[in-house]
Amino acid sequence: MFHAQPDLETVLGDDPDAPIARFGNVTRRQIFKFCAGVAATMGLSSAAGVKMAQAATNPSRPPVIWISGQECTGCTESLLRAYHPSLESLILDLISLDYHYVLCSGAGKQATDYKHKIMEERRGEYILVTEGGTPMKDGGIYCKSGGHTHVDLVREAAAGAAAIVAIGSCASWGGVQSTSPNPTGSVGTHEVIPDKTVVNIPGCPPNPYNFLSTVLHLLTFGRPPALDALNRPRFAYGRLIHENCERRPHFDAGRFALEFGDEGHRQGFCLYKIGCKGPETYANCPAVGFGDVGQGTWPVGVGAPCFGCTEQGIGFEKPVHALADLKTQTPPSLYPGVDAPKGKGASAAAAAAVAGVAGVAIGAGAMMLRGMGAKSDEDKGASDGEA
Amino acid sequence: MLIDSTLCIGCQACVDACREANGVVMDPTPNNFEGWNAAQTWDIAQDLDGETLNVIRLWRSGNATVKDAEEDGFAFGKRHCLHCVDPSCISVCPVQAMTKDPVTGIVGYDPDACIGCRYCSYGCPFGVPQFDLNSAFGQINKCQMCRHLQAEGKIPACCDVCPTGASLFGPVDLLQAEAERRLAATPGSLMSFPRGDITQDRPRHEKAVPHYIRQTYGEHEVGGTQVRYLSAVPFESIGLPKLDSFAPSRLSEGLQHTLYKWMIAPVLAVVGAAWLVRRNRVAAERDRGEEV
Amino acid sequence: MASRFERLHAPLITPLTLVLAVIAAAAAWFIYLRFQLGLGAIANINAGYPWGLWVVVDVVIGSALGCGGFAMALLIYIFNRGALSPLMRPALLGGLFGYSLAGAAVLFDLGRWWQFYNILTPWHWNLNSVMLEIALCVFVYVVVLWLEFSPALFERFGWKGLRQFAENWMWLLIALGVVLPFMHQSSLGSALVVLGHKLDPLYNTAFLPLLFVTSAIAMGFGVVVVEATVVSHSFRRASEHALLVQVAAVMAWLLIGWTLFRWGEVAYRGALGGVLAWSGATVSLWLETLLALFAALVCLSGARNDARWLFMAGVAVLLFGSVYRVASYLVAYHPVGNYSYFPSFPELVITIGVIAFEVLAYLVFVKVFPVLGAHGAAHPARK
Repeated sequence: MFHAQPDLETVLGDDPDAPIARFGNVTRRQIFKFCAGVAATMGLSSAAGVKMAQAATNPSRPPVIWISGQECTGCTESLLRAYHPSLESLILDLISLDYHYVLCSGAGKQATDYKHKIMEERRGEYILVTEGGTPMKDGGIYCKSGGHTHVDLVREAAAGAAAIVAIGSCASWGGVQSTSPNPTGSVGTHEVIPDKTVVNIPGCPPNPYNFLSTVLHLLTFGRPPALDALNRPRFAYGRLIHENCERRPHFDAGRFALEFGDEGHRQGFCLYKIGCKGPETYANCPAVGFGDVGQGTWPVGVGAPCFGCTEQGIGFEKPVHALADLKTQTPPSLYPGVDAPKGKGASAAAAAAVAGVAGVAIGAGAMMLRGMGAKSDEDKGASDGEA
Repeated sequence: MLIDSTLCIGCQACVDACREANGVVMDPTPNNFEGWNAAQTWDIAQDLDGETLNVIRLWRSGNATVKDAEEDGFAFGKRHCLHCVDPSCISVCPVQAMTKDPVTGIVGYDPDACIGCRYCSYGCPFGVPQFDLNSAFGQINKCQMCRHLQAEGKIPACCDVCPTGASLFGPVDLLQAEAERRLAATPGSLMSFPRGDITQDRPRHEKAVPHYIRQTYGEHEVGGTQVRYLSAVPFESIGLPKLDSFAPSRLSEGLQHTLYKWMIAPVLAVVGAAWLVRRNRVAAERDRGEEV
Repeated sequence: MASRFERLHAPLITPLTLVLAVIAAAAAWFIYLRFQLGLGAIANINAGYPWGLWVVVDVVIGSALGCGGFAMALLIYIFNRGALSPLMRPALLGGLFGYSLAGAAVLFDLGRWWQFYNILTPWHWNLNSVMLEIALCVFVYVVVLWLEFSPALFERFGWKGLRQFAENWMWLLIALGVVLPFMHQSSLGSALVVLGHKLDPLYNTAFLPLLFVTSAIAMGFGVVVVEATVVSHSFRRASEHALLVQVAAVMAWLLIGWTLFRWGEVAYRGALGGVLAWSGATVSLWLETLLALFAALVCLSGARNDARWLFMAGVAVLLFGSVYRVASYLVAYHPVGNYSYFPSFPELVITIGVIAFEVLAYLVFVKVFPVLGAHGAAHPARK
């Protein structure tokens, strides 16, 4: 933690109390205090606060506006537990997280004003991140911030966004509050702004690295990574959990846990029979794991059946004990086909043998007929006499 | 046994369990995959053969993306002995090597009686019993419903291991009632499906009712079978031939028993023939005598 | 009673017999391999086609070709055509080998051959099984054939007492020899009734036993015609053409009746719709019909007076019966699953070898034992 400390004087500058128009007439001293506060919240040293302030004032980094609707902050919590890159290096070195109502220490009008300022000044440059579902029923009154409905806030922020990322299942497809009967009419961000491309990072919470990697990709290449039909990054959601699951061999061999705590469960057998949704859920959980503490640190790895949090219609919707439908893009090509042709055809030798026998038979027959022709003429008298 | 193709997920756990329970060797080299499977790691039996008693086969149409759909769909078919009520294999076997258990109805096989004529293979309407052609001293192999496990109070390995209850064991009347319950349910509604043994209290699971073909295969086919099938695609697609309810073995047996009843007709024929022969031979001798 | 039959005086070892012996030896080698390595190593039979060339050609066709003795006995002793009796013993010999080798072929086709005797033990019998009837009946018939033929052996060895004993009981043997083939040749048809949907509608009928036994009789006549012609030609003996023409007439009416019944039956079942489709069963049906009608036409027209035409008619009848049998057992048989079958080279060699052995044994027997009709040595001086 004892890095070479940036000079405090340099950070504060000549006139630390002069309001800076670019930051909404906030003074340089105020920014420093704010960043130091954020750094303290994240358990960082005061030096990090200085660095953060430096980075935050660097105009070259793209600003990020993070707005939250019907959410539990789980996605943010998940993000806070990322270590490579860590959140601070993300928001200090890579982006300028200009508005996030959990992480910014400013609040109320002050923060909101700043958000509007960024949206105007950096129009077409900022990244919009949405967390949480958007209630649409009754004009969207079930989620408001600063007197505005969340749906309006999303539309307003999306208008000038360079890229939009929906983090978490709620933002991706409505999440838990969209579960039947969906009293607030909650939907995912992409349904609120159907004309825009929204990169979905579903999960409850999503793996932070899926989000960070997507953002890094956006920053580095200026465009989102390859997406699937549901606009999820393919690198993270291209394969079923079932395909990479470390318990898959148990599935193939027919070794299943039948009840929680039974012999099979303690042996680490496949959890399919107790409702694991891995076979119909697309996510990279078995490959990436959670919490950066080594292998097997994901639900199935610790004996809890996957409940399909990333998948609309499965997570929160399908009963936990209900069996997954085994999903595959196409069925396995190695399986024996009902109509697969079987049996050996005619070998060259066999065909030759058949042809040879037929040839010999016909030849012998013809020879005999010819011989008989000669003979029967000779014998004519004799056979006539006999008859 | 009730096989519900719509519940089958194609995991092949039953194929594996069958091998283990019956000591069946792996069949790693069908013709079309030679080279690919050089290390013989994978068991990819293509059909029932002298070693394989149970196989899950895949039916696919179009781009095969939707399970149990007829167009662009795919489905799994389980293939093993159906344990006919009136089995052709038992009817045709000359030496009573094929037997039907009077209590369980299991169609069993006795290698000590069998002479290896393979008429059971030839005559079975489903082509199930298979002779092990790869051995100099082979025998017929067919599913015998794990009767050795049933003797220990267990259930057939395939049903025991099936994760979805696609293979369900139990008395035929209960299974038929279960099949009818499934056919009667509204497609799309949630329904609870038993697993393993219908008479046991194993954990069930819930699932939406699929769009079944409105028929229980095996209820009437060739006089009825003790293994019955449900499917959402035509039964022919998953390898079950279209059959009428008449057991052809009844016809051939009827024919034979009419012709050979108490051996009366053959004996009469021999007596009649003998009389004619004696008479005509005398006549022939006389003719010949005159001729010579 | 003076013998009406005589030996053929010719050398035992000729180029033909040598070639036949070599083929038979090759077959013996492959038969050895079959016992060493199992059926699958030699034959192409598979899960879809558990019965292949050996069952169909060696047993089903082989025994039908052995029906010469049966057919002639029927004609001579039952329908009282005593004049045809010179044709009897050669036909009997053909039948003897046809059946004996059919029985032998079964042994190497049986998967569990070391237990074959189970079929002879009554406590194993399944009285519902068509196969049991065929097996026992063929077994008894082979014994009857040997007994029927035994006078030829006794004559050769000069055992007059035994010969007389056999002759005294011959009426019973002949009666059995007439009735038994009716039973097992029809059963070879009944054996297919159980196939149900696996047999093409053009072939699947409850009348299979009738069609099989009648076509076997026709083939028996065909064999007599062909065999007598070949023997008289090859060994330069007097032609038995005059007798053969009588046989041919019976054969012709049998074939016509058979064909009419066959088509009528198919039509009655409403299966005629398939006769123009391009399938193995359809082609076979047309082929057997054309062969039968060709033979019948020759045998009823003036062409029958030409030994060559009559010979061709005889061959056509043999082909007709063979096509019908191959079609019933293999071509019109639809296995469950997309299987195909074509015999392997060793499989073919074994079958060809068995036939070669049959011909070889026939040649040896006619030269060692009094088999051929005694009146025939018309040209002993011919070289």
